[in-house]
Amino acid sequence: MMTSRHWLARPFSERSTLTFLAVLCGAMALVVLANLLPADHPLHVSTYTVTLLGKYLCYALLAVAVDLVWGYLGILSLGHGAFFALGGYAMGMYLMRQIGDRGVYGDPLLPDFMVFLDWDSLPWYWLGFDMPGVAFAMVLLAPGLLALVFGFLAFRSRVTGVYLSIITQALTFALMLAFFRNEMGFGGNNGLTDFKELLGFDLSADSTRLGLFIASGVALALGFLLCRAIVVSKLGRVCVAVRDAESRTRFLGYRVERYQLFVFVVSAMLAGVAGALYVPQVGIINPSEFSPLFSIEIVVWVALGGRATLYGAVIGALAVNYAKSVFTGIMPEAWLFALGALFVLVTVLLPQGIAGLLSRRRQHDDAPNNMAVKQEATP
Amino acid sequence: MNTTAWRYWLKALLLVSLVALGPCALGQDNAAEQDTSATLEEDAGRELLQALAEANFREKEAAIDAIAASGDTRARGWLESFAEGKLAQVKDSGDIVVILANRGRQWPVADALTMEEAGEVSRRELDRVAINNRLRGHLDSTLALLDLRVDDPAQRLIAAKALLGDVDTEVVESLSELAQNESDPEVAAALTQAIAIHRLEQGDSAAVADLAGSLNGQVRAALMQASRSEDAMVADAASAALADIEQSLKLNRAAETLYFGLSLGSVLVLAAIGLAITFGVMGVINMAHGELIMLGAYTTWAMQQLLPGQPGLALLLAIPAGFLVAALVGVAIERGVIQFLKGRPLETLLATFGVSLILQQLVRTLISPLNRTVVTPEWMSGSLIINDALSLTLNRLYVLGFAVLVFAALMLVMRRTRLGLEVRAVTQNRAMARSMGIRATRVDILTFALGSGVAGLAGVALSQLTNVGPNLGQNYIIDSFMVVVFGGVGNLWGTLVAGLSLGVINQVLEPWAGAVLAKILVLVFIILFIQKRPRGLFPQKGRAAEG
Repeated sequence: MMTSRHWLARPFSERSTLTFLAVLCGAMALVVLANLLPADHPLHVSTYTVTLLGKYLCYALLAVAVDLVWGYLGILSLGHGAFFALGGYAMGMYLMRQIGDRGVYGDPLLPDFMVFLDWDSLPWYWLGFDMPGVAFAMVLLAPGLLALVFGFLAFRSRVTGVYLSIITQALTFALMLAFFRNEMGFGGNNGLTDFKELLGFDLSADSTRLGLFIASGVALALGFLLCRAIVVSKLGRVCVAVRDAESRTRFLGYRVERYQLFVFVVSAMLAGVAGALYVPQVGIINPSEFSPLFSIEIVVWVALGGRATLYGAVIGALAVNYAKSVFTGIMPEAWLFALGALFVLVTVLLPQGIAGLLSRRRQHDDAPNNMAVKQEATP
Repeated sequence: MNTTAWRYWLKALLLVSLVALGPCALGQDNAAEQDTSATLEEDAGRELLQALAEANFREKEAAIDAIAASGDTRARGWLESFAEGKLAQVKDSGDIVVILANRGRQWPVADALTMEEAGEVSRRELDRVAINNRLRGHLDSTLALLDLRVDDPAQRLIAAKALLGDVDTEVVESLSELAQNESDPEVAAALTQAIAIHRLEQGDSAAVADLAGSLNGQVRAALMQASRSEDAMVADAASAALADIEQSLKLNRAAETLYFGLSLGSVLVLAAIGLAITFGVMGVINMAHGELIMLGAYTTWAMQQLLPGQPGLALLLAIPAGFLVAALVGVAIERGVIQFLKGRPLETLLATFGVSLILQQLVRTLISPLNRTVVTPEWMSGSLIINDALSLTLNRLYVLGFAVLVFAALMLVMRRTRLGLEVRAVTQNRAMARSMGIRATRVDILTFALGSGVAGLAGVALSQLTNVGPNLGQNYIIDSFMVVVFGGVGNLWGTLVAGLSLGVINQVLEPWAGAVLAKILVLVFIILFIQKRPRGLFPQKGRAAEG
């Protein structure tokens, strides 16, 4: 498996990765084709469904990001919802500036909520968001910087395990409280909404929605490849070593905190990208994305799909969110029961998730999969 | 006069016949007796009222004084109704009535003498007893003086305080007289202050001595006014006294912040102390801890539903009941979920989070998604007044005491009982403890039951301070974990110190930063603190630390 090719190209020599990409591309092509069929055709897929699927793909990318840190590094982050939301807010700010004078109050510069709050000028951190380059850079930089600062402090002090989980949860919670405040300048309770266009494309147009769906799929594929490349590289091997025996790896001379920090920041940026693609599709971003429940829900997608497989995370995210759409449609009362039961059943009965079931049947010999079994053997 | 007397007899006859039909012969006599005594009073009262109604503005003052001097228990009510313009005379009968509502054409009225409702009277039939501003002023001071003569010192104190800054020349003399004869020192002091404010307004700088050190808002206002006075002596004396008062106000405010901080801290300690047992001592992370708190609060609510009309008793009974309910649910969680996840803390976190979602939804479905009202018993409501600037709300004081009690009891259990010894043995070295004959599984169950039960106790206490709803637990879970982690895992004292200090920090920051920002700052502070000292304020030392 280890060839001398460039490290980014290595995943292409893996059968499982190629299978995943083939399935993803095939399914997306089918959806796109079905959407392009005339509306009265029995196989037609409505644009509403396409947008819903696009949303799921964003969640899948987010789940991949969580799996990267949880499955391969052993860090159970309950803060990835925050990175996702930060990416979403960066995108939302760009979309907000694109509205221009088409808002309710018609102010050429200020978004509606600022006019409503009687602000007379744009806060400094909103400057530059009218340029797509700056905004898209911030999609990566905002979550990346937060992860960098937070990770630097946490990993340097060797905060790991449950402590890290709780602290990331507190971080998310603090951010949620902060974003709820009107004074923060991010629209408070209502968040950012009422978007009109993205890069000149009308957001309500069917073609734009299809394009966003394809973009989400491409982002998922690229994110998956990047994570796969990290996992099979030497860096990835060290990460798994850190996960399974942190102290031993440190004693072998590896600077554990640097590996942790690097992977954590990459993961946060991926979550940010997922958030940025999510916002134009659902048309709103508000502080509820910061809620601790959302962050912990992401973790259960990964747990259901199977940790340390990456494709398992995708399966888990799609399955749980599909179930959520169905449940909240039919009987909204039951959804929290189902979700709660899912948490319990997956952790108690299905510790390796759906992917574990699949690989057990096929006697898969993929190295990281086998290691996942021994993950708990920490000193 | 004749017609009214006739009417009266008719009424009395009716009443007597009604009473005679009544089942209780004893009550009959009583009622009849009361009736005759009332008759006598009524004639006198009737004359007084009619004099008031028929007098012109000048004579009315005398009529008011006559009513006040009569010593009649109803005099106060009459004068108050008069001050509010509700006293009226029925044109044809001459009866004095109190207008109960003045909407529409027919106004419901009550007989001023008996205060019994007397049906509705057309407003054209009524002559309101006229009042003007001069009379209102006179009435106010008369009423105040009237209140100062009642027997209950607490009522006198309220009346005396109402007089602060409200004294005018005509009552000063009677006030001084009252102040000298006053037996209750507090009332006397308040009266002296009231007079002193009046003297200060008249430019008497010696009056400042009587006002010094008072924290009353009226006194401060009067002193502030005086400090701007043109008379240099008065202004200087007032400014000096004012500076002293400001100083002592600052102290009182600090004491109040401290009290609120400790109160918030005691809530945090209560919420976190159970967690300190399950997470800190056992190392089991229970995200459903908040929901156990919620169950305790709902138990209180259920108890009050079972014992309507006795909220105090229900609350006391809820203490053991809440403990039991939460402990039983805790054991169910331990047996049903946690025992299968031993040594896998991250999975335990996820699974118990699932349990918390189920419990929340269960309460929403079975009881209601809305908040339930838990009644605060009478002995817990109100506040303990230390002085004019500082009063401590009683329910918070009780919760503070309760938290200390729970903590002490828990300390005793962990340090002085067999169970505590076994818990410590099992957590330090499970294998060794088992070889010494300790049944580790049983200890696990009991410890978890203890920690969960304490969460239930926290819920009972919280039901007195916050809304009882399905989200109650969620609001405390992150804070509780922060307290345990901040204090140092496995250390009960650490939890106490951490909880109380976080509460105080929060309250100190609040006026400066606002409630939400204060909370954010505290969270950020803890996050940074954990980076600096990953094992909390009081880290465990030795082998136990390597768990």
